[in-house]
Amino acid sequence: MVQWHKAVIKEKEGENMAARTFKGGVHPYDGKDLSKDVNTASLLPKGDLVYPMSQHIGAPAKAVVAKGDKVLVGQKIGEASGNLSANVISSVSGTVKAVEPRLTVAGTMVESVVIENDKEYTTIEGLGEKRDYTKLSKKEIREIIKEAGIVGMGGAGFPTHVKLTPENDAAIDYVIVNGSECEPYLTSDYRMMVEEPERIITGLKIVLRLFENAKGVIAVEDNKKDAIAKLTELAASEDRIEVMALKTKYPQGAERQLMYAVTKRETNASMHPADAGCIVNNVDTMISIAFAVAESTPLVRRIITVSGDAITSPVNFNVLTGTNYAELVEAAGGFKEKPAKLISGGPMMGQAIYSLDLPVTKTSSALLAFVRDEEAESVESPCIRCGRCVAVCPSRLLPNRLTQLSLRSDYEGFEKMYGLECCECGSCSYVCPSKRHLTQAIKQGKKAVMDLHKKNK
Amino acid sequence: MKEMYNVSASPHIRSGVTTAEIMRDFTIALIPASAFGVYWFGFAAFVVLLTSVATCVVSEFLYHKIVKRPYRPYECSAVATGLLLGMNLPANVPLWMPILGGIFAIVVVKEMYGGLGQNFMNPALAARCFLLISFATRMTTYGVDTFAASGATNEGLYNFYYGASAVDGITGATPLTALKAGESVNLFDMFFGYTGGVIGETSAIMILIGACYLVYRKVISLRIPVAYIGTFAVFMGLFGGKGFDMEYIAASIIGGGLMMGAFFMATDYVTSPITPMGQIVFGICLGLLTGIFRKFGGSAEGVSYAIIFCNLLVPLIEKVTMPKAFGRGGRAYARK
Repeated sequence: MVQWHKAVIKEKEGENMAARTFKGGVHPYDGKDLSKDVNTASLLPKGDLVYPMSQHIGAPAKAVVAKGDKVLVGQKIGEASGNLSANVISSVSGTVKAVEPRLTVAGTMVESVVIENDKEYTTIEGLGEKRDYTKLSKKEIREIIKEAGIVGMGGAGFPTHVKLTPENDAAIDYVIVNGSECEPYLTSDYRMMVEEPERIITGLKIVLRLFENAKGVIAVEDNKKDAIAKLTELAASEDRIEVMALKTKYPQGAERQLMYAVTKRETNASMHPADAGCIVNNVDTMISIAFAVAESTPLVRRIITVSGDAITSPVNFNVLTGTNYAELVEAAGGFKEKPAKLISGGPMMGQAIYSLDLPVTKTSSALLAFVRDEEAESVESPCIRCGRCVAVCPSRLLPNRLTQLSLRSDYEGFEKMYGLECCECGSCSYVCPSKRHLTQAIKQGKKAVMDLHKKNK
Repeated sequence: MKEMYNVSASPHIRSGVTTAEIMRDFTIALIPASAFGVYWFGFAAFVVLLTSVATCVVSEFLYHKIVKRPYRPYECSAVATGLLLGMNLPANVPLWMPILGGIFAIVVVKEMYGGLGQNFMNPALAARCFLLISFATRMTTYGVDTFAASGATNEGLYNFYYGASAVDGITGATPLTALKAGESVNLFDMFFGYTGGVIGETSAIMILIGACYLVYRKVISLRIPVAYIGTFAVFMGLFGGKGFDMEYIAASIIGGGLMMGAFFMATDYVTSPITPMGQIVFGICLGLLTGIFRKFGGSAEGVSYAIIFCNLLVPLIEKVTMPKAFGRGGRAYARK
């Protein structure tokens, strides 16, 4: 408690306390009370495990096992192809049952390795061995992270080793750990900050070894007071690490908005965080880095929130990647009422799924089930130009204009009005009194513009 | 195939605010000023307001039927338009005037240009100006028909054609005309609304109560009204001929339709800029134009014309004041 007070005083004394957020944003009902006080429970898979070869941004991995092969926990089953790609690691031991296209959260069929679990959990040699990361070179650290198949676990799935390899290490002055978890209902990051803050610090210290001039900032929304308290206590003895409380507001955890809140540096959509001297990683990514580098354990597990008003007992699970979603629902006590809508991820940016027969991937942050489908219930009416979408847009766009342009296929105008700067946070659609599908139309416009660019290349 | 669940693009949750709710809030905000109008000008004012609202609602309904467009009564924007139009008429107008005005507002200004959200001018104000140009005398004959004066004489067809209190009509007795003529006015009466004028404009306090409700409900922001009234006050101070005489400036602000225009009509979503900076520019333009019209124009009033003129400037204002996106327009971080 004392530490928490210190954090408050520190914040109040800070010179730009009011700056620790961004302009715009919304405050949806956060639903976090459902699962935030439930300890993370480990859950072992029952059925077969499915590993899509594309769980990240970039080129899909190439399957390096074939039907009938025996695999072990920690064994590489998918090999990164090209520069922007990531390995896929088996989380169980058993036999490869098939290498075939399987349904993924995005609704597409993706080449996947299906493994029949022998329930022995026989590991590859050396898995779990402690390693002194202070004795590792930068190159070795990056290689370990790459081999471990680590990707951004906040949702986008950007391969972490690529992110941690900017042009110039010395030019990085901030390593930001994203603990804002601004999506409603999600509590997996919060649980990790409360349950495994040591690993977060370890992960951050490992990354700080790569960037000698950087300061580590763990940025947490101020509704997670005990997480801030725990992290502040641990960071007290670290001179390069600071815990920063941010205003609770969606989308506080959006990369560019977060960077702005912490550093006051604005970036546009065509820039990487490294262009503004920043490296931004989610808390669970930091834990995965700690596991991989300090404990020789590649990315084989995921913390996932199973929540929503249709779930009997909302909970946070520590599951192995590849586990079927249906098993998570079962372990959470099943549905207490028939859900109308299932969402993989948060309600603002997550993906609606039509079936539960999907595997947990590296980026599965939540599985939500809702009795009512607000989106289906709302009726779209004409835009009355109230300007609410303009007021909440964190990218300072005019969402209603962009929607008009996108709907009438004026892609030139769309680009001119900064359509490509949209971060797809969904705030405009959320706040629209006419229930218009602004985010959807703008996403569509963005895709059309990108396709045009590709064609004209 | 097993059970299938709903899919849709994100976001999957929606805020509770709806268009219908906004229109309802807007209508509620107009009630104090209209209620005072009815109290002050008598039952005739109530009849004018009711006629105007009914005409707008019915013409919207019929228009949708005729052109076979789905009718959405829940948007109830016609009620707000009708009430606003009624508030912009003198209490003693003959009843065919709100009917004509209501039809003009809904059919010509709003529906013919595409309906809700598409009109380029505030429908109620456009209708008022249409009536003002066509029937100038009747529109500027402000009658004070108090409870005591209303009664047996206000009946039937006579009222419909000639107006309720045509007998008691006091021509040109508004504080604004008095002010323009250099006469002194009673600020206290003006603030509470015991003066001549159109039904909804006389009571500044009632308008402020409605405006506070709108601000509290986050229906309007104060950018437009504050920029409007502020600019107008400065203009009157500079060019009003009386310097920064507080009493004169205050009388100019609360006299006439300025308060009603600034809070209820200039803030109309459809016909005001959507960009935050644009709203301030819009308010400044309004303040300047109202000042010019009132000070150098032929009539004492200038709010309606200023607003509908500035409505036409909105696309231009928006174009000029479009915000630069986050990280664009030279704001992107660059290493020194």
